[in-house]
Amino acid sequence: MSIQVEHVTKRFGTFTVLNDVSLHVQTGELIALLGPSGCGKTTLLRILAGLERPDEGKILLHGNEVTDRQITDRRVGFVFQHYALFRHMTVAENVSFGLRVLPKAQRPSPDKIQKKVNDLLALVQLQAMADRYPNQLSGGQRQRVALARALAVEPKMLLLDEPFGALDTKVRKELRRWLRRLHDELHITSILVTHDQEEALEAADRVVVMHQGRIEQAGTPEEVYEHPATPFVYRFLGDVNVFHGRIAHDETVHEEMERELPPGADSSGEHEVTFVRPHDLELSPTRTTTAQLEATVRFVIAAGSRVRIELMSKDSSQTIEVELTKERYRELKLRQGDVVFVHPKQQQTFRMPGPSSG
Amino acid sequence: MSTEIATTVKNEEWKASLTGESTWVRWTLIALALGYLTLFLFVPLAAVFAEALKNGLESYFAPFQDPDTLVAIRLTFIAAALAVPLNLVFGVAAAWAIAKFEFIGKQLLITIIDIPLAVSPVISGLIYVLLFGAQGWVGPWLIEHDIKIIFALPGIVLATIFVTVPFIARELIPLMQSQGREEEEAAFTLGASGWQTFIHVTLPNIKWSLLYGIILCNARAMGEFGAVSVVSGHIRGLTNTLPLHVEILYNEYNAVGAFAVASLLTLLAIVTLIVKTVIERKSGPAQSAHDPAWSPQPGSPS
Repeated sequence: MSIQVEHVTKRFGTFTVLNDVSLHVQTGELIALLGPSGCGKTTLLRILAGLERPDEGKILLHGNEVTDRQITDRRVGFVFQHYALFRHMTVAENVSFGLRVLPKAQRPSPDKIQKKVNDLLALVQLQAMADRYPNQLSGGQRQRVALARALAVEPKMLLLDEPFGALDTKVRKELRRWLRRLHDELHITSILVTHDQEEALEAADRVVVMHQGRIEQAGTPEEVYEHPATPFVYRFLGDVNVFHGRIAHDETVHEEMERELPPGADSSGEHEVTFVRPHDLELSPTRTTTAQLEATVRFVIAAGSRVRIELMSKDSSQTIEVELTKERYRELKLRQGDVVFVHPKQQQTFRMPGPSSG
Repeated sequence: MSTEIATTVKNEEWKASLTGESTWVRWTLIALALGYLTLFLFVPLAAVFAEALKNGLESYFAPFQDPDTLVAIRLTFIAAALAVPLNLVFGVAAAWAIAKFEFIGKQLLITIIDIPLAVSPVISGLIYVLLFGAQGWVGPWLIEHDIKIIFALPGIVLATIFVTVPFIARELIPLMQSQGREEEEAAFTLGASGWQTFIHVTLPNIKWSLLYGIILCNARAMGEFGAVSVVSGHIRGLTNTLPLHVEILYNEYNAVGAFAVASLLTLLAIVTLIVKTVIERKSGPAQSAHDPAWSPQPGSPS
């Protein structure tokens, strides 16, 4: 089922949570809504489910407008951050709930319900837990029960509200890979809300980055990571070094920056901000034609697959983060207090309105 | 085996000294607490039965042969049997609305529910006299149509309902607020109607608090003195409830009779508490709403 969100606006009192948001989701797609808390992503999800009503705009499911339809008519599976399992029911009772509340005419026979529950519990690998109560399960198990429960009513779309947000990192990683495989099997149109960029980039077909009630950028994980459309997306997706035009002291870097600006741009009166990812910075022990920015090594963190180095710029005393491969680090033989010269391999410059306000 | 015991003992010692209080401080505090309970709860309770049984079983049962006592018992049960179900419906509806929805006037509603607790019961009774009494607002109209409210059963029931309004709602509101709306929302997304959600999701989650609220409400309904005293008119064998009957007997220097009837009220209270404990035990730990594992889940931050 395709989902169309058209010019949706939602206010809570005087606070605008969603500001003219439009979004199209193709049938069978897995979309991640990514953004910091308070950016409106959960509200958008709740509007899709019918748990909230938009103040303006329309929701179309499979081309039909459902803005004013009841939750029950939408055939939506919803998975909550804190599981929202029925605490007084066993796992099996939780999973079968959606089938047991169907009108008599549509309700499957008890045998069929039983079989369906078994199948779903097998799908989420929890057959052995059928008679347990939710408080006897771990967080990861509870969320899988919640997912089985949502799938029992054969929803046309699956909405997941920070489903792994309350779990520890390891379980989270396992579960999001498992979710991705499950999606590849079932092909239910799914929307995953998360504030974890790694989760969004890893699990989704498409990532929609939201900020202050607006969509900043929508694209494949590669697109949004490699070509962020706005400074916000740059900052939100991964670590980044921000140079506030001071880098312009350096001729060479400045020239490169100029190239990134749109042709004919008049930079006077506007502030330039350059973003460089830590792994896009190269270090050299001596000043060369490209490496002109002088900095001192403050810390070296060598644990992990890559070496992270914290530098302090000589001109601006700004902290610069650099990520090197182990090989490169060994070549350079860096130590705390060494002087190095920095050279960006890839960078992106944004023009900000107003001088030096960024 | 012996080492196991040794470790347990050590653990206990360690636990006891966890706070670092010395032995005498701990024992003094325990003694204080027990002494307090004995003095203010146990001794008065025992005194009721001791006084009632002072002259033997025969004089104990004598007041219960009195038709006036039987009328008082009947009246008390009728008042409670009407007030408790009405407050049950109202209390659940009010708690549901307050805990799960946002609406204008919510704070006002919470305050109104608390009024009967804040106001002296005598005033609660007087309100009804001022409304329905012969000199009251609608009194003349009632007399014209030959409807008796004050100094009759309807007045007693109304006063009882008034003073017991907060008990069930007050018991449920904090629990329902802490449980949040997520389970209900989950039920909605699974296709359940509002009524199905209430029956299958909301009600099972609040049943223990609800039961406790009913018990408190019932105890107060049967034991209410002040408000009922104002509206009943103390007509013997007609508008006397059990608490009023106890007072009349006592004022007539029939101490044994007074305490015998009082012991009946006390027994009713004890029996309801025992019933509650038994039901709670039988329901098993996994389903109990008071299970510590069921403490509210962390609120959603986003």
